[in-house]
Amino acid sequence: MTDLAIRAEDLGKRFRIGITQDSYRTLRDSLSEAAKAPFRAFRSKSRNSNRGNSINTIWALKNVSFDVHKGQVLGIIGRNGAGKSTLLKILSRVTEPTEGMVEIHGRVGSLLEVGTGFHPELTGRENIYLNGAILGMKRSEIERKFDEMVAFSEVEQFIDTPVKRYSSGMYLRLAFAVAAHLEPEILVVDEVLAVGDAEFQRKCLGKMSDVAQEGRTVLFVSHNMSAILRLTEEALVLDRGRLVMRAPTQQAVDYYLTSGFTQTGERIWTDDEIPAEAAPFCPISLKLFDSRHIVVDTLRSVEPAIIEVEYALDAPITGLRVGVYLMTTRGEQIFTTFDTDSHENFERYSVRPVGRYVSRCVIPADLLNEGRYILGLNASSFRVRRYFQDEYALTFSLDGTGAPGMQWPEPRLGPLRPRLEWQIEERK
Amino acid sequence: MAQTTLTTKPEEEILILRPTHGWAALNLRDLWVYRELIYFLSWRDVKVRYKQTALGVAWAIIQPFFTMVVFTIFFGKLAKVPTNDVPPPIFYMTGLLPWGLFTKAITDAGHSLVMNRSMITKVYFPRLAIPIASVLGGLVDFVIAFAILVGMILYYNYAPGSTYHVATTRLVWTLPLFLLLDIITSLGVGLWLSALNVNYRDINYILPFLTQFWLFITPIAYPASLIPAEWQLIYSLNPMTGVVEGFRWAFLGAGTPPSPMLAVSTTISIIVLISGLFYFRRMEQTFADMV
Repeated sequence: MTDLAIRAEDLGKRFRIGITQDSYRTLRDSLSEAAKAPFRAFRSKSRNSNRGNSINTIWALKNVSFDVHKGQVLGIIGRNGAGKSTLLKILSRVTEPTEGMVEIHGRVGSLLEVGTGFHPELTGRENIYLNGAILGMKRSEIERKFDEMVAFSEVEQFIDTPVKRYSSGMYLRLAFAVAAHLEPEILVVDEVLAVGDAEFQRKCLGKMSDVAQEGRTVLFVSHNMSAILRLTEEALVLDRGRLVMRAPTQQAVDYYLTSGFTQTGERIWTDDEIPAEAAPFCPISLKLFDSRHIVVDTLRSVEPAIIEVEYALDAPITGLRVGVYLMTTRGEQIFTTFDTDSHENFERYSVRPVGRYVSRCVIPADLLNEGRYILGLNASSFRVRRYFQDEYALTFSLDGTGAPGMQWPEPRLGPLRPRLEWQIEERK
Repeated sequence: MAQTTLTTKPEEEILILRPTHGWAALNLRDLWVYRELIYFLSWRDVKVRYKQTALGVAWAIIQPFFTMVVFTIFFGKLAKVPTNDVPPPIFYMTGLLPWGLFTKAITDAGHSLVMNRSMITKVYFPRLAIPIASVLGGLVDFVIAFAILVGMILYYNYAPGSTYHVATTRLVWTLPLFLLLDIITSLGVGLWLSALNVNYRDINYILPFLTQFWLFITPIAYPASLIPAEWQLIYSLNPMTGVVEGFRWAFLGAGTPPSPMLAVSTTISIIVLISGLFYFRRMEQTFADMV
C-alpha cells in the first residue's frame, strides 16, 4: 500500500542537436537540413553512426530521481534550459525519456500552455469543446462544466464570436477557464502564469491554490518566486539537467536565487556586461561595506552598512538619478532609494557633468530582519530614459545576532526588524 | 504490493513511462478512449475548411464537377476513350468521387502533424487521432459530391430528351464496402506520409506531384479494361485501382466485377494500412522532439 503519486528513477532525456558534421547546430537547423537534403542527411548519418553518443547530443535531463506523494504540491525551479520543461513534458507523456522510468498513479492533466489547439476561426463555444477534448475531457464532462467555464472566463457576450476577434486578455481568460476545470488526480503546470495582466495572474493563482487545497497532486513550474512560495511547500531545483536540491520551498528559492550570484558583497561590471543602450552611463561597481569599511557579504543587523555605487558618465546627463532596490530572496520589495532623493542633491545635480562618481548611502542599524537580500541597481532620468538596470546585482546575508527579540530562537515574519521603544505600563 | 481496496481506489491506473525501443504495440485501446477527440478534430477541420471563402461549401462540388467536365470534353469527346457504355459524365464522376476523397485525405493527413505541431508539443493524446481525423474530415466533402452524382443520374434518367439511361444495380449495397476500402487506403497512405513529413518536409513537395502521378495510374479517365491483360496484375498493385473499379462496379454494374485484381488491390491496401500504423507508432515517440 502506498500513497505515492509519482516516482521517477534515473530519468534522462537526450536531444540530438545535429546529425551533420557541424557540431553546433540547433534541432531546427538539422531538421530543415534534413528536409532540404535527405540524401545528404542519410549519408552523413551512416558515416556518423560509429561515433555513438557524440558531441552532437545534449542531456536536457540526467539522473533525475524523486518521488511525489499524493496531495503534495511540488514546485520546480531552475534557470532557462535547466530541464524543467523537459521534465514536465516527460511526466505529461508528450515526450519519452531516453533512460530511466517514471511510475504515475492516477490520471495526469497537463497544462504546459493555455489554449492548446484553439482555432482562431472557431467561436468561443466551439473552442471550449475542442480544447476540452484535447486536454482529455469527455464531452459530457465539458457540457456539465460549460456554464461554469464561461462564467469564469467572463466572456459571456462573446461566446459565439470567433476567438480571432477577442482581445488577448479575453482569449487568455477563456483558455485558462477550460484548463482550470480539468480535474485530474495529478496536475502538471508550466509557466502559464507568465502571460496576461496582473488581474489574470491573480485569478490563475487563486484557482491554482484552490486546486492545491482540494488535495490534488500538483507539479508547478514557474519563474515567479512569490507564486512558487505561495503555492508549494516543497520544491526541486534543477540546474543544467541535474536535480541539485529538494528542500522546503523557502530554502530552495533562497538557493536558486543566490546560486550564481556574487557572494562577496561586491558586483563589478565588465565592459561586455554593459549594454550599448546604457551609454553615456557606465556602471563600474556596486559594493557593500560594514561599519569598519570592509567589503562584506554578511552584514550585522545591529550595525549600519554602507552601499556604494561607482559609475562614470561619458556625457552630461540631465536629471540623472542613481539608486538601489532592496528586496528579499522571497521576492518581496522592501524599498527603492535614489541619490537625488533629497532636495539638496536634486537641485545641485540637476545636470550631472562628465566624470567618474561614487554615490554612497548608509543603511541604518536595527532596520532589517535576518535573512538573505538582493540589491538591484537603477540609473535613470525620470520619465525620460532608463540608462541601466540590474535587478539582481548582488545578494547578501543579514545576521541577526543582537537584534531585538533574539532571546527567542524563532524566525520573525517580515523583512524588517526595527528596534522600537516599547513602554510597558501597569494599570491598576 | 498488497491490494487494499479500502484506501486505494480500485479504478486507479498505474502508468509506467520508460523508453521504448524499436517497434511498439499499436495501443488501439488508448485511441478508443480518445474517440471523442477524433470527432472534435475532424469537426474542426470541416468547420474551418470553408470559413472566409466566398463560395463556401460549393468548393466541395466545384472541384470534382469541373474536373468531370474537363474529362468529358477531352477524354470523352475528343479522345473518345471508351467508358464501359456508361455516359461519360457519370463514368468520370463515379471515378472522381473516391479519388477526391483519397487525394484530400492523403494531402490533409500528410500535412496534419506538422500543422498541429503546437498540440503535439504540449499535450498528450494518441497521435494517431490527428491523421485519422484528417481522413474522416474529407467524408463530408464526399457526401456532398455524392449528392451531385445522384442528381446527375436523376437528370440522365428523367430529363426530357435524354438518350441515356443509367441503371444502378442490385449490388449497390456493396458501395459502403468500397467506401471503406477507400478510407483504409487513404488512411494507410496518409499515415506513412504524415509520419515521414515530421522528419522530411520533402513530403510537402512530393504530395502535389504524387497525387498527379497517381491519377494517371488509376482508372479514372479510362476503364481498367483498357490495360492489356498481361499488365493487369501489375496494374492492380495500385490499391486505388480496386477502389475506383469496385466503386463503379458496385454503383453502375460497369466494368470488371470483383476479381483477382480486386483481391490484389485490397491486400495491398491492408498491408499499407498495417505497415503505416506500425511505422507511425514507431516514429510517434520522437514526434514531439522532431516536429
